[in-house]
Amino acid sequence: MEKFIREDGLVAPLDRANVDTDQIIPKQFLKSILRSGFGPNLFDEWRYLDEGQPGRDNSKRPLNKEFVLNQPRYQGASILLARRNFGCGSSREHAPWALLDFGFRAIIAPSFADIFFNNCFKNGVLPIVVSEEVADELFKAVEAKQGYRLTVDLAEQKIIRPDGAAIDFEIDAFRKHCLLNGLDDIGLTLQDADAIREYEKGRQQREPWVFIE
Amino acid sequence: MARTLYDKLWDAHLVKQRDDGSALIYIDRQIIHEVTSPQAFEGLRLANRQPWRVGSNFATLDHNVPTTPFKNASEIEDETSRIQVQTLEDNTRAFGIREFGIGDVRQGIVHVMAPEQGAVVPGMTVVCGDSHTSTNGALACLAHGIGTSEVEHVLATQCLVAKKMKNMLIRVEGELGTGVTAKDVVLHIIGVIGTAGGNGHAMEFAGSAIRSLSMEGRMTICNMSIEAGARAGMVAVDDITIDYVRGRPFAPKGADWDKAVEYWRTLVSDEGAKFDTVVEINAADIKPQVSWGTSPEMVLPVDATLPIPEQESDAVKRSGMERAYQYMGLTPGMKITDIKVDRVFIGSCTNSRIEDLRAAAVVAKGRKKADSVKQVLVVPGSGLVKQQAEAEGLDKVFIEAGFEWREPGCSMCLAMNPDKLMPGEHCASTSNRNFEGRQGNGGRTHLVSPAMAAAAAVAGHFVDIRDL
Ligand code: SF4
Repeated sequence: MEKFIREDGLVAPLDRANVDTDQIIPKQFLKSILRSGFGPNLFDEWRYLDEGQPGRDNSKRPLNKEFVLNQPRYQGASILLARRNFGCGSSREHAPWALLDFGFRAIIAPSFADIFFNNCFKNGVLPIVVSEEVADELFKAVEAKQGYRLTVDLAEQKIIRPDGAAIDFEIDAFRKHCLLNGLDDIGLTLQDADAIREYEKGRQQREPWVFIE
Repeated sequence: MARTLYDKLWDAHLVKQRDDGSALIYIDRQIIHEVTSPQAFEGLRLANRQPWRVGSNFATLDHNVPTTPFKNASEIEDETSRIQVQTLEDNTRAFGIREFGIGDVRQGIVHVMAPEQGAVVPGMTVVCGDSHTSTNGALACLAHGIGTSEVEHVLATQCLVAKKMKNMLIRVEGELGTGVTAKDVVLHIIGVIGTAGGNGHAMEFAGSAIRSLSMEGRMTICNMSIEAGARAGMVAVDDITIDYVRGRPFAPKGADWDKAVEYWRTLVSDEGAKFDTVVEINAADIKPQVSWGTSPEMVLPVDATLPIPEQESDAVKRSGMERAYQYMGLTPGMKITDIKVDRVFIGSCTNSRIEDLRAAAVVAKGRKKADSVKQVLVVPGSGLVKQQAEAEGLDKVFIEAGFEWREPGCSMCLAMNPDKLMPGEHCASTSNRNFEGRQGNGGRTHLVSPAMAAAAAVAGHFVDIRDL
């Protein structure tokens, strides 16, 4: 998993509440054998005017010009500003996969659905909870200024605005540690590699038949 | 202190207890199939990781493969299926993982193949990216399904991060009546405790009725623990377990065998061990079962009539019933034996082992499929089951009865391959899930035992196997 230390990026606003994972990545794309490559179909039903199918060349599809991520001013955004209960619905891990593949590293919202919130941390995406008031303010600021950027500093637990003013945020210490060090569950478990090897030695003595080649 | 079988399996695999209540649990076997593994392998590649212990993994193809004869992946018509099959082949080759692929007689449904090969033996932890991994618990294993991220986690670390579940005992005492099989026992249990009954528990099946069952029967019961709400089901070791494992290709041999048997004999719940929940079932109460609705708990004895929603006092249950009636196209109060079947499916990881096929063949022998039944599929669980059945002449019995004898795979259990129900069709199925659309869009599934399925194929509607 990629480390998350500091992200200085363009902010894209998605001004809707209760965005569910079906909207983030529709079901027909779950047939894919990959964990990457979902980016072109992120928010597929909103981004395109026709129905998406796996394997189609998305560059030839008619774009919905109204949709925020299609607007020129938000191209290259890496921070998504969203509304409450972001990521509700199905538990598909394809949702954070699609956001990450599109280029988002951080999502700022007043609240997130549980499973989606967990899945983000497994994939190096930082979901940040801010108050409704702060979210409102940020939506206004993004709207008002083209090229509005924020800096997310995980170590300091701060969102830094262009004028230098900071917004503090909370994060579970264990998850912060994992993100800062780029430790996914696997990376973390591998920190116990010695304990695993030690355990295996004992088992090999007691139940050698388990260890076939 | 007295420990349950689950306590013993947990303790024997505990690598590390963490402060936050979670634990690192060592995984002895991972079984891999084509649908839930591609992203796990890709994850390994992206992170530049290698499998921790290649030999612990066994892969095979089951969910997507056609059940008509074919020689290699390029003959699979459906493109997404073909790609998933080819991807598994590429991945297992690249990482050096043992695969029983197309054309290998050992290829079959993951949960049929693994015990059959002795890849799974008592005392193991077993995982697979498939919820019916609980099947392997019949061998006194801690076996359960996992998600794709966890498949990758096990590949890379040979461990899972887990929290201990609660202990549940389901004791079935007494003698099973004639015509009553393991499938009827587990459907009855689900009817009693409900599909959420086992939530948060590891389930142990015990009692004289369970003891009397063959390993095949015990696998059928553990298979459906997941439909009873438990991720894992298990049965303690006895002579039947040990006789089953003896001589299997990957089972221990020689001195190891003796040492193994000595250890395996300890894999029973101690006298006085504490269970959080205990359910007592009287074997004599169990009749052949037929599910009528869209959840496995909507199940009744074959001689019953369908429930009347108005008589259900629980509002949530009542509305569930009404939805189920609408989907299934059935009338409250009608007799189960008046339900006509359009297709019959004998197969799946619940009921596709040799004993299941024998039970179906006993009924099919000398009889013919009813003209009103469009198709009867008999799909063995593995190439070896198929071979054995053919050696016993069961294939001929089925073909003479007008049934179709197919190649191994999941087939119409989940309809990811071409074997599907058409909208509105009723199917007598030996599989495990009767959810809406499970066997094909609009299809209507009735869960039954293999003998009951064969009897329905012959009669064109459900019949009480005890009357035959
Ligand atoms: S037979 Fe059905 S339940 Fe069993 S593994 Fe295959 S699809 Fe899953």
